[in-house]
Amino acid sequence: MTRATGRQDQAERSYSADVVVVGGGPAGAWTAIAAARSGAEVILVDKGYLGSSGVTATAGTNLWLIPPDDELRDEAMDRRERIGGGLVDRGWMRRLIEQTWETLPQLRGVYAFPSDDDGVERRHSLRGPEYGRAFRRLVVRAGVRVLDHSPALELLAHSDGSIAGIAGVHRQPITGFPDATSPGMSYSIHTGAVVLATGGCAFKSHLLGCHTDTGDGHLMAHEAGAELSGMELSCYYTLAPARSTMTRSMSYLFGTFFDSDGNELQLSPDPAVRNEQIARAVVAGPLYTRLDKMPHEVRDRMRSVQPNFMLPFDRAGINPYSDLFEVTLRPEGTIRGVGGLRIATDECMTSIPGLFVAGDVASRELVAGAVSGGGSVNSAWAMSSGTWAGRGAARYARSAGRSGKRSTAPGDTRPLGQAGLRPSDSVEHVDLRSLVRAVQAEVHPLEKNYFRTETTMRRALAELDDLWAMVSRHVRGSGLDLVRGREAAAMVAHGRWTYTAACARVESRGMHRRVDAPTSDPAYARRLAAGGLDKPWAAFQDVPTPLAPLRVIDGLTPDSPADMPVLEGQSS
Amino acid sequence: MIEVVLSDRCTGCNRCVEVCPTNVFDGARNVIPVIARHDDCQTCFMCELYCPTDALYVAPHCDGTTEVDVEALVKSPDLGRYRRDSGWGRWRHEDDHDNESWRMTEIFAVAREMLGAPEPF
Repeated sequence: MTRATGRQDQAERSYSADVVVVGGGPAGAWTAIAAARSGAEVILVDKGYLGSSGVTATAGTNLWLIPPDDELRDEAMDRRERIGGGLVDRGWMRRLIEQTWETLPQLRGVYAFPSDDDGVERRHSLRGPEYGRAFRRLVVRAGVRVLDHSPALELLAHSDGSIAGIAGVHRQPITGFPDATSPGMSYSIHTGAVVLATGGCAFKSHLLGCHTDTGDGHLMAHEAGAELSGMELSCYYTLAPARSTMTRSMSYLFGTFFDSDGNELQLSPDPAVRNEQIARAVVAGPLYTRLDKMPHEVRDRMRSVQPNFMLPFDRAGINPYSDLFEVTLRPEGTIRGVGGLRIATDECMTSIPGLFVAGDVASRELVAGAVSGGGSVNSAWAMSSGTWAGRGAARYARSAGRSGKRSTAPGDTRPLGQAGLRPSDSVEHVDLRSLVRAVQAEVHPLEKNYFRTETTMRRALAELDDLWAMVSRHVRGSGLDLVRGREAAAMVAHGRWTYTAACARVESRGMHRRVDAPTSDPAYARRLAAGGLDKPWAAFQDVPTPLAPLRVIDGLTPDSPADMPVLEGQSS
Repeated sequence: MIEVVLSDRCTGCNRCVEVCPTNVFDGARNVIPVIARHDDCQTCFMCELYCPTDALYVAPHCDGTTEVDVEALVKSPDLGRYRRDSGWGRWRHEDDHDNESWRMTEIFAVAREMLGAPEPF
């Protein structure tokens, strides 16, 4: 299998494989499984631990799982088209539904699908920690080498711009080598293809499990030349008890809400309107609730439906069904948002040869539209896009290997990381925690990011521009601070893409809510690309959504990257 | 945030060091882990879930340190509660802790009917 070459280059440890997968949530896991089953040697690296990292493993998820029945599938797609603000693609939705149905049964044997009262197996809902444990087993069984606690910091490229691997740092000792690694040891992995499955970015918002999801993959890919899309669709917020991370929102449908004067809120039955009313009430704040409308038979089962839901209440001595408690809204950014890296092929390759994306790091406009894919579409997307990206990356790596493209010689490649790693000016001490708090102050508040206006967003952008200047010119951490510096840079970039795109979409559509342009404009029923580091940009571009029968990487010779479907207006 | 590692329960297995997504602990085989980077704790409770001896306690507040009365904690049902409700470890064969996450669909349906919502959530 994969091996440590032990050669000394800039990195203290060097590995090689056919495919490296960055990220150990469900998308990364399914990618690694698919790539390994396609015959590739695969390494999966995670910032934390494959199976417990990220927002799925720490919670649980419904799945867009629809049986092979044309009527049911059409109905599901019709509904998405109705609510998706004109941005969905029926071909991709159909493919997503088909692939998810095909992939899910692989969990049998490692995940105990429960049976309902009639003894029927129920598979459309997955408990997070059990799902994480299950996909870790599948990954290991598939022969993938897993490097936990090994955050990736940057991509490596060949001279023609195609992707050659990644570099990162081991933040815990990695066992299984004759000489164990030590914390802070740098590594590089030379591969034929890289799949980013680093998740969305919620700017460390206390959304359950989101603090590993800082947009690192978006930044790395953009440094390689990949574009983003749908970044304005990134303003979904989820209820949680104040001061807690428990963003399990289902139960709040049974809540009675009160403002600080004790007046009961009169909420609309329409969930979209209801969410906006709650957001207004949180801004006016503080907002209180009790879940008194939850039927007793549901209360009695909450601990086995969502075993973590009661943890904050038990520990704070609150009975959520009878006591009033304060609630807040936790920002989801591009996690339950939609935006991310733009896919350029049916196998989830970006416009950069050798660079693939899976899960929330990719834009989900094609399958979710302008509204949140919630847990269900996004979970199906993780499973299916991972399967496609894994197969695609394995195939790409094979073709790269045949022509001698895969390189284990570090001299043939160059590292692409800039902000936070290679400052353009003098290295200065920057308090990274303060820097992250300054980003959060611009992107978290509902007043700025949920109720959007051009004026408030331009003001936020000006602040973020200053932070970008600081992080790109002066930050270079060492050891574990290297990771913090990169995370900070990624979050600043993410915030700037978000607001630059949100300023360009001068209308309201789906979750994107412009107080100064409250209606939808048919002229804007298009996908919006974004990018740029020193100078962020956003532009409406009508690009084809690649789907079979396009087998765009078939026949690709790695020496002809010009054959790749490079998108219009790719450079900034 | 993680506040307590009970040294008389901890076996030094270091499972928490391994599974913590945000690398909060410093550990070494057969040594009781140290909460080395408290600020990095994301209050996800995964360390508790994976702890085989219920030696860990994560306070409910995610935005600062909480003083914990360890004597009262040891007598409370909170230690190991997440693990028990999840049916992990020694509770995995008890019917009371079955995985009923599939009921979310019907619970959403109950809520929808109660609210008179126009579309499924």
